[in-house]
Amino acid sequence: MKPKNPLKLDGALPLSPKAIEALNFFEPSRRNFLKTAGVMMVGFSAAGVTATEANAQSPINPTGLIDATQVDNWLAIGADESITVFAGKHEHGQGMRTAQLQIAAEELSVAPSRITLVIGISGVTPDQFLTVGSLSTMTQFGTAGLRVALDTARDALFQLASQYLDVPVSQLAVTNGVFSVKGGDPTYTVSYGQLVQGQRFNLTVNSKAVPNDPSTWKVIGTSVPRVEVPAKAKGSFQYAQKVRVPGMLHGKVVRPPVLDAHVMTIDKTSVSGMPGNPQVVQVNDFVGVVADTEWHALNAAQALAAAVTWSAGSTLPAQTDLYTYMTAQPSADAFQVNTGDVDKVLGTAGKTITAQYLYPFQMHGALASSCAVADVRGGTGKTATVKIWSATQGVYATTRAVLSTLLGIPAPNILVTFVEGSGGYGHNGADPAAYDAALLSQAVGKPVRMQYTRRDEMTGAEHYGHATVSNETVGLDANGSIIAWDYVAFRAQRGEGAIFGTPGNGIPGYLAGFPTTKFVPTTTPANATASTATNGSNFIPPYVTSSFNGVSYGTGTIASHRVLTRVVLSPFWTAWLRSPDRLQNTWAHESVMDEVAASLQLDPVQYRTRHLADPRLINVINTVTQRANWDTRFSPKPGNARTGVVTGRGFACVLYEGGNGYCALVAEVSVDQQSGIITVTNVTAGIDTGPVVNPNGLRNQMEGQVIQGISRTLVEEVKFRNQPTGGFITSGDWSTYPVLSFGNPLPVIDTVLINNLKASPTGAGETIITIIGAAIGNAVFDATGVRMRQIPLTPPNFFAAKSAQNV
Amino acid sequence: MATYQLQVNGQSSSVTVDDPNTPLLYVLQENFEINGARFGCGLSQCGACTVLLDGNPIRSCQTAISAADGHSVTSLEGLSALDGRSTPDGLHPIQQSFVDQQAMQCGYCTAGPILYGYAFIKGNPNASRADIEQALSGLICRCCAHTRMIDAIENYAQEAF
Repeated sequence: MKPKNPLKLDGALPLSPKAIEALNFFEPSRRNFLKTAGVMMVGFSAAGVTATEANAQSPINPTGLIDATQVDNWLAIGADESITVFAGKHEHGQGMRTAQLQIAAEELSVAPSRITLVIGISGVTPDQFLTVGSLSTMTQFGTAGLRVALDTARDALFQLASQYLDVPVSQLAVTNGVFSVKGGDPTYTVSYGQLVQGQRFNLTVNSKAVPNDPSTWKVIGTSVPRVEVPAKAKGSFQYAQKVRVPGMLHGKVVRPPVLDAHVMTIDKTSVSGMPGNPQVVQVNDFVGVVADTEWHALNAAQALAAAVTWSAGSTLPAQTDLYTYMTAQPSADAFQVNTGDVDKVLGTAGKTITAQYLYPFQMHGALASSCAVADVRGGTGKTATVKIWSATQGVYATTRAVLSTLLGIPAPNILVTFVEGSGGYGHNGADPAAYDAALLSQAVGKPVRMQYTRRDEMTGAEHYGHATVSNETVGLDANGSIIAWDYVAFRAQRGEGAIFGTPGNGIPGYLAGFPTTKFVPTTTPANATASTATNGSNFIPPYVTSSFNGVSYGTGTIASHRVLTRVVLSPFWTAWLRSPDRLQNTWAHESVMDEVAASLQLDPVQYRTRHLADPRLINVINTVTQRANWDTRFSPKPGNARTGVVTGRGFACVLYEGGNGYCALVAEVSVDQQSGIITVTNVTAGIDTGPVVNPNGLRNQMEGQVIQGISRTLVEEVKFRNQPTGGFITSGDWSTYPVLSFGNPLPVIDTVLINNLKASPTGAGETIITIIGAAIGNAVFDATGVRMRQIPLTPPNFFAAKSAQNV
Repeated sequence: MATYQLQVNGQSSSVTVDDPNTPLLYVLQENFEINGARFGCGLSQCGACTVLLDGNPIRSCQTAISAADGHSVTSLEGLSALDGRSTPDGLHPIQQSFVDQQAMQCGYCTAGPILYGYAFIKGNPNASRADIEQALSGLICRCCAHTRMIDAIENYAQEAF
C-alpha cells in the first residue's frame, strides 16, 4: 500500500559529507548515523562557497540561523528507522542529555536507546539561548521547547499512519515507532521510517500540540541511567579538555599580576630558543603564548610572564572592609516591588527587627581548569572561518555571537561544537577559555588548545558570584505578626560575562581592548514592574504578597513591602554562579525570618506558615518537617550548654525564582563551641518541582547541592589583598580557596520528592542550594544561641558573632 | 632528548621527550591520547589526574616522566585489564559500581575516587565506611557526589570480596 502523504515531502538534498563530518565529530559511537540513515533534512548547497567556508558554515543552513519554529530543526527520521533529535540544552553533569532523551522518547513513543540526541552545535541545533538557571526542564516542557516540537511531529505521524493504514487516528496504536490498528491484524503495520522515508516534515511547531498525558508515561518519571556515565567511569569519555585536532598547538595566557594593569613593555624575545617553537601573542593587554606541547607552552608562559612589565593596577579595599566599601559606592538602584506604604506601616509597628547579612564573592571552582580548542583560519573578515570546541552554556549567545565581534568574523562562518567539560555551576571559565583559545589561534593561524592553569582559572578567568550586603527590616504588630517588610540588597557586579556582541564584558575581550558596558549609577531608583514582582531572582521575601498594580505574584500574606536592589561596581569580574542572587537573598530572608520567630519565642516553621498563602509551599514544608521529625519549639534549643559540643536544627524554604520549584530543608548541626567548628550531620531536603522526569537524577542533583551548599556556607570565600602596585586575588588554588573535599564530615542526606503530576515541570538544578545556607545558620543559632550573619560560617566568624552578641 | 620505557595500560611503549621533568599526565594526554587521567589543577590538590603506577595511585600531574621510566602506568581505561576482571560492559567491577550507583555528576574527578578506592579496597577488603572516606581524603569532587561515590566503593567491596 502506498502512503497517502499529507506532508509536503519535497525530496530535499542529503547533507553534504562535510556537514555529516561536523555533525558526527563528537558522536563517535554513532559516527555514521546520518550517513547510513539517509536523513534528508534540508538542501545545503556548497555552490559558490569555498571549501574552507563550507567547513565552518552551518551544515543545515548557510545563514547559521536555526528556526526553532520548524519541526525539521528538532527531529529527523531516517528511512532506516533512525531517529535524530536536535536540542539546545547542554549537558553539564546534571543529566540534561538523558532528560531530553526521556522527553523525546516519551512523546515519540520509542525507547530512548533508539534516539540519537544532538545537542549544542551552532547552525545545527535550535537556538535555545543558554543552559542556565535551572531552566532546562521547564523550557523543554514549555510551549517553545522540545516537547511541543516532537508532539507536532507525532501528530503528523498519526495523520500519515491513518492514511497509510486507512483507519481513523483514534483506531491507531503506536509501539516503539510502529503503528498498528487497535484490535486489528498485528502484522498490518507501518513504521515511522516507512512513513517519513527520510524526508522532512515541513511543519511549523504547534505550540498548542497536546503532550502525552502523564498517566500514560512510560519513560518520563523513571530513573533512566544517564547515558554518558559508563564512558566517564571507564575513562574513555572525551571532555572538552580531551579534544584533539590534527596539527593542534597548545596555548597559555599571561594575565596581569594586579587588577586592571596594562602592558607597558613586552620582550617577545624572552621565549626565543625555548623548546617547542613558542610564539608570543599580544592583543592590547591580552598576552599569551603558543607552543607545540602543553609543557613547552607552560614553560614559555612562565618565561614570558617575567618579561612583561605592567602598569600599576587598581587598589582594592581591605578584605575586612569589603562590605562597608560596597555600601558606600555609587549604585544603580531599582525597586523590585514597592507597595508605597512601608514607612507608614513600619511607623505603626509595635516592634521592629533589623539585621544585616553578608555574603562574600565565591567561585564556581570548576574541578577541571577550563579548556577550549579553536581553529581560526584566514585571520579576520568575511573569508575567515572558525571552529570551536567548548564546554559553553550557549553555542550561540556566549560563543558564536561573542566570537564574531571579538575576532571580526561573520557569525555564520563560526562553527561552535559543545563538548562537555567538568561541572559548570554557571558562567565559569568555559566561555573565557574559548575566547582565549580563539585569540591565540587567530594570531597563529593554526588550531590551538588552551587550558588554563589552576591559578589562571581562579584569578584570570573566573567571573565570581556576587558579594552581597542584605539589609533587612521587619515590622511586627502587637500579635507578633509581620505587617511590613523592607529589604535593601547591595550587590557587587562587573561585566557579568560576555554575551552576544559584548566581548568586553568578559575578561579576555576586555584585555583585548573591547569596552565593558559602562556602569551607570542612578539618581532615583527604577520603579517596580510586574516583571520584577514575579521575583525571578528571589529578591522578594517569600512571606509578602509581592503586589504590583493590585496583582499578587508572591507566596506570602504580608501586604506592605518594599524591596530595593542597589548594584555597585565590583572590583572583580562577576557573572552568574549557581543560584545567582537567589541564594544570597534567600540566605538573608530565611535567616531574618528565623530571628523574628526566635525573638517571639515561636517555632520557626509554624511562624513561617502563618505568613504563607501558597499551598504548594506549605505542603512541601509540611512534608519535609514531618519526614525530619521536626521538633516543634522555639530556638535556641533549651538546655544546651554554652560550652562544649551542642546540636541544633534549622529550617529554610523558598519558591525558587518565584515560580521554578518549591523546596524546603531541615539541617541538623553539631557545633564545637571551643573550636568554633560547625558540622552538618543530617539534612532532609524536599522539593515539589512538578512531575519528576528522572527520580534518581533528581536525587543526585539534590544531594550534590546539599554538599556543595555546605561547602559554600562553611568554607568558601574569595580572598584578596593589595601590594604596592595594586590589588590582586590570593585565592588561586585549592589551598587558598578551600572547598569541602573528601575526608571532611559528610551529612546523612534524606531527599524527599513530591511527584506533582498536576503541575507543570520546573527546574531542580539550583533549588536546594538556595536554601541550605540559611538552614545551617538557623541550626547554629538553635544549637548555640549565636546568630551568624556572615558567610562563610567559619570559626573566626562564629567567635566574632558570639562575642558581639554576648552569648 | 631522552627515551623512556613504560607500560601504558598493559602495552610496552617507549616515548621520547626533551625534558625529563615533563609531567607524566601531559605525556599520557598528548603521546598516548589517554582520556581517563585528566588535568584538574596541576598541583596534586584534586586527584583528577590519578593513575596507578605499578598498581599504586599517584598524581600524574606532579609525577615527572623520568620517574615513570620502567614502570607500569594504568589509567581508568586500563583498570579492567590490569585486574583481569571485567563486567559485560567492559568495566572493572568498581567502575560498574560507580555506574550502578550513578555516582557522579560531571564525572571529571572520577579517576581519583575510583583508583584510590580500588587500591584501598585491595589492601583493606573489610574496610568500614569511615575508612573509605579517609582513604579518599583530600580528593575533590566539586559536583559533590561524595556520598554516592562512597556508597559505590562500599558496595564494590561487599560484592567483590
